[in-house]
Amino acid sequence: MGMTMTQKILAAHAGVDSVKAGDLIMADLDMVLGNDITSPVAINVLKKIKRDEVFDKNKVALVPDHFAPNKDIKAAEQCKQVRCFACDQDITNYFEIGEMGVEHALLPEKGLVVAGNLVIGADSHTCTYGALGAFSTGVGSTDMAVGMATGKAWFKVPSAIQFNLTGAFKPGVSGKDLILHIIGMIGVDGALYKSMEFVGDGVASLTMDDRFTVSNMAIEAGGKNGIFPVDDQTIAYMKEHSDKAYTVYEADDDASYDQVIDINLSDLKPTVAFPHLPENTKTVDAIKEPVKIDQVVIGSCTNGRFSDFKKAHDVLKGKHVAKGVRLIIIPATQQIYLDCMEAGFLKDFIESGGTVSTPTCGPCLGGHMGILAAGERCVSTTNRNFVGRMGHVDSEVYLANPEVAAASAILGRIAAPDEV
Amino acid sequence: MNAKGKVFRYGDNVDTDVIIPARYLNTSDPLELAEHCMEDIDKEFVNNVHKGDIIVADDNFGCGSSREHAPIAIKASGVSCVIANSFARIFYRNAINIGLPILECPEAVNTIESGDEVEVDFDSGKITDVTKNQTFQGQAFPEFMQELISAGGLVNYINKTL
Repeated sequence: MGMTMTQKILAAHAGVDSVKAGDLIMADLDMVLGNDITSPVAINVLKKIKRDEVFDKNKVALVPDHFAPNKDIKAAEQCKQVRCFACDQDITNYFEIGEMGVEHALLPEKGLVVAGNLVIGADSHTCTYGALGAFSTGVGSTDMAVGMATGKAWFKVPSAIQFNLTGAFKPGVSGKDLILHIIGMIGVDGALYKSMEFVGDGVASLTMDDRFTVSNMAIEAGGKNGIFPVDDQTIAYMKEHSDKAYTVYEADDDASYDQVIDINLSDLKPTVAFPHLPENTKTVDAIKEPVKIDQVVIGSCTNGRFSDFKKAHDVLKGKHVAKGVRLIIIPATQQIYLDCMEAGFLKDFIESGGTVSTPTCGPCLGGHMGILAAGERCVSTTNRNFVGRMGHVDSEVYLANPEVAAASAILGRIAAPDEV
Repeated sequence: MNAKGKVFRYGDNVDTDVIIPARYLNTSDPLELAEHCMEDIDKEFVNNVHKGDIIVADDNFGCGSSREHAPIAIKASGVSCVIANSFARIFYRNAINIGLPILECPEAVNTIESGDEVEVDFDSGKITDVTKNQTFQGQAFPEFMQELISAGGLVNYINKTL
């Protein structure tokens, strides 16, 4: 029986000709990633492993981004532990404030992941790199520690759901709406333990940033990874960002899938996930009662890339944020920040009444830079809206694309871009 | 190896943000994390949990973030075992890697109620609701995972190979 794209990458990294769903394998890793929350635990675990140094200093990436710039003394101690470890082990890809960014925007931008790679990261949104035709998945700190020491990780080979995409997005619809639509359809455990493999004529119409957003939120459907085929756009992106050699894997024609789901991209509408699960989706035009809001966040590993801010800017330019609404803009990397600055976006955002932050995961996980009080509501381009995710246990998060977020900031309620 | 304790019963999609809210992730000290375990879903959990107690939940337990702080907090709070219909995949591997016993058993989940006294035999996967006098068979782990579990987690397992 043929293999899925994911299974082919796993087989190649396990040194075997073929694998099938359910097989347990040890596979070689091309990159092991951690941040300032998960790396301290991993560094402590590494001390208990007989080999307490990294297997390859070029294949470990450490990105303090969650509570960085340091939000309090304890966070500062954690960042310091990561910094000292990076220094002791001479880690090539350690990114200090000033050159760092939100990890899953940063690694592709720095060319550290390319097609065909196998990457683990101690962060659940490590699945983002499936957009590049790589297998990447989130793990915990113990896996990270063992990965750093041995260059290997154990995997249960997943089966897959195939998403066959046709058509193209209508204006105002983007990758966020596609993945929210899917999560709304299959649920937050709809792809549990499985690969989500995106194929079809519609893939070509998705920008790389759309694909990063879609792969990023595969975990929100319970997926092990979310992967796209490699096409001209992928190759152009990799040539622009990386010197690393890449390998293109394709699913076999006779690969088997647990389920095949057809989606016509032109059928999709701007979509919002209501509290407190990403599966609680509604299209914006179906929201009948006004949902008044207190805060808007545009940023994160999901939607903090240049094209996201361009979309937000198109809606916000020349308009002003509603009185009483706090608009927080967070470019995901220093390069994106600079690009937004050079394009004039940041000046316009500030003149619209928004505030612009240095790169950080900050508010997405209720860390800092935009915590919600009891009863407050936030429209956010981030990825999770669990109870207490962005602050008080009685606050609410609504997930949306950047244009909906911008329009909502202007009107002070959840709104579609064509309402402003 | 056996576990016996009182059951804390939860529903679907217990996420890692409620197991250990991110505002406490500026530490990785297990006992400090345990002080806030389940805080955003059950404020009384930390006051009522005793060594050996068992968490029972419905679908997709541990969904969300990859934070190993979640199973670490549960383990450090004294919980001996988590039984659920299904586990989110990162939580599943984290629990096995750090040696927190977990079992998938929809039949048991269906029957067991909050406060029941439950006994688990990890070698056989047998779950007994002592309060209701009913027995269930949890799903056996694949051989490789049994080896990980019996080694006491991934680090001990890997150390044997190095």
